[in-house]
Amino acid sequence: MNIRRLFLILAPYAWLLVFFLIPFAIVLKIALSDYAISIPPYTPVLDLSAGWDGFKSFLSALDFENFTFLAEDALYYTAYLSSLKIAIISTFLTLLVGYPIAYGMAQAPDEWRPTLMMLVILPFWTSFLIRVYSWMSILSNEGFLNQLLMWTGLTDSSIQILNTNTAVYIGIVYTYLPFMVLPIYSALEKLDGSLIEAAEDLGCSRIQAFWLVTFPLSRPGVIAGSFLVFIPALGEFVIPSLLGGSSTLMIGKVLFEEFFNNRDWPVASAVAVVLLLILIIPIVLFQRNEQKQREADQ
Amino acid sequence: MDQQSANRPVFAPWNDPNEKPLIRFQNVTKKFGEFIAIDDLTLDIYRREFFALLGPSGCGKTTLMRMLAGFEKPTTGTILLDGQDIAPIPPNRRATNMMFQSYALFPHLSVWDNIAFGLKRSDMPADKIGARVEEMLRLVRLEKFAKRKPHQISGGQRQRVALARSLAKAPKLLLLDEPLGALDKKLRQDTQFELMDIQEKTGTTFVIVTHDQEEAMTVASRVAVMDHGRMIQVDTPDRIYETPNSVYVADFIGDVNIIEGTAAPKGEGMVAIAWAEGQPEIAATPAGQVAKGARVHFAIRPEKVAITTEKPEGRANAIEGAVHDIAYLGNISTYKVEVAGGRMIKAQVANDRRISRRDISWDDRVWLSFTDTAGVVLLS
Repeated sequence: MNIRRLFLILAPYAWLLVFFLIPFAIVLKIALSDYAISIPPYTPVLDLSAGWDGFKSFLSALDFENFTFLAEDALYYTAYLSSLKIAIISTFLTLLVGYPIAYGMAQAPDEWRPTLMMLVILPFWTSFLIRVYSWMSILSNEGFLNQLLMWTGLTDSSIQILNTNTAVYIGIVYTYLPFMVLPIYSALEKLDGSLIEAAEDLGCSRIQAFWLVTFPLSRPGVIAGSFLVFIPALGEFVIPSLLGGSSTLMIGKVLFEEFFNNRDWPVASAVAVVLLLILIIPIVLFQRNEQKQREADQ
Repeated sequence: MDQQSANRPVFAPWNDPNEKPLIRFQNVTKKFGEFIAIDDLTLDIYRREFFALLGPSGCGKTTLMRMLAGFEKPTTGTILLDGQDIAPIPPNRRATNMMFQSYALFPHLSVWDNIAFGLKRSDMPADKIGARVEEMLRLVRLEKFAKRKPHQISGGQRQRVALARSLAKAPKLLLLDEPLGALDKKLRQDTQFELMDIQEKTGTTFVIVTHDQEEAMTVASRVAVMDHGRMIQVDTPDRIYETPNSVYVADFIGDVNIIEGTAAPKGEGMVAIAWAEGQPEIAATPAGQVAKGARVHFAIRPEKVAITTEKPEGRANAIEGAVHDIAYLGNISTYKVEVAGGRMIKAQVANDRRISRRDISWDDRVWLSFTDTAGVVLLS
């Protein structure tokens, strides 16, 4: 094996080592440490000048106390479950909104597709925070949505939307919609139109042809899109803290509060490690889906 | 001749005035915007026929087939299937099935499920479906591959799955859109015979679209040559080849020499065609009356032209020339001979001797000869 190939193979691993594995090891170490009123706010601190004995005493000071704490306190456990619920529901809602968009794009005439694709990606050109703030002004009690509802006479008084879970769902669906639309679109776009004609020729109605041919063949895109929405939505912090209310419990928000409000780095790190462990399952499933797709394409 | 046809009736329902056609196109026109894909077409196709639509791409043959399948509707005119106007019937309710050019096998379903797909959509009871699928698998000899997915089998096998799938519902009419286009030549030839075999076994009416004239000639009971949305000639393969009705058909089907000239009646049903200054006129037998001085095209197949080094005795036509080029094709050789006025005439000869013993070479003076019934006189 020549040096160039070796370099090409090693480069991504080196990247992973420096930017994922080492930071993760540091977070894991902090999670195993104890809270302390000092700088940094935890103990023990690794001091290599003390030699082997110093390292041994450093290791013996690490424990799983923070993880037991997480398991004992219902707050964390409820926050994880609530995050899971919000992530699952919003993934499903994003799919419901995103699939028809992707389908429409794939059905559109060729010359329209680049424009439609552009429209899907366009929101990325503005800061995410600004877009979430604008949703605040849309959803607030005096916001555009309530004004519209009252103007059309659907309601007499304004409805509380901002600072509820509904606002969080709206925010997540809006933010992650492109991640759902694009993989589904790319699956649908590859679909050979003669397959639908064949299905109709063999006795399917339009709707049957969709459920028996189009949808199963777009499933890899649906799975990929769902994971791309679910994974970041599970740890979402900005949307629940800006659009959600005090009753909105999400683990990303809890993590932020532990870290910045309580300054309890060890517990915050433990929360992050558990979150990562939970996310490993969908990530592995996602990778497997991609792998299967690649094999099928060959 | 009479006795032979009494023993073995010739399949020719188009000659029988009592036979009712399965499909009847009546003045069908199909426009896409300004473009006329099918131009006032009238055509009958009979039960158990293997009917080939032949023509260059864009001639309307695929549109014609898609109208039969129900994916396109005629702009004007009617299409009758078994005497019933099929225009309002959507594709999923038609007694026709189609084998797609790309095969259009469902990639997420196994071979077995692909074949069963249409049956499951019909009112066939579930327990009968299995038996029917097995029967189809046997017909195309794919019993061992039932569990495989389409991407796990070869191109030839995929083609057979597509055929089995389209035959499974026992359609009144099977449409084949360039079914063998993706196969290599050897496999294509084998499959052509297989198709004919299956057509005979199932008794289904086949309509095949192809741009490969050899394929059309091999499989079809009748061939329709199309151009610009019109039927130029509809006839049996041998008549299309031997008696084309136009220069277009003569040129489209097989190899042909076309010589332009002026005709003059000569003797009993014969004409003499003056085609070059100082050259003997070509004696030919036209199908109908040819007026004196009419411009005609004389079409003759290269294999009907003999090539000799000496002037042959007793041949109606003999033209002298020089060998310009020789194409060696193994079993046959095509000689391109330059005759008067720089015109090229091709002669095709079976290589019954080894190439080293061939007595005609480049630039040799040779004689081309043919009988007075070998060619066709086409009025311009």
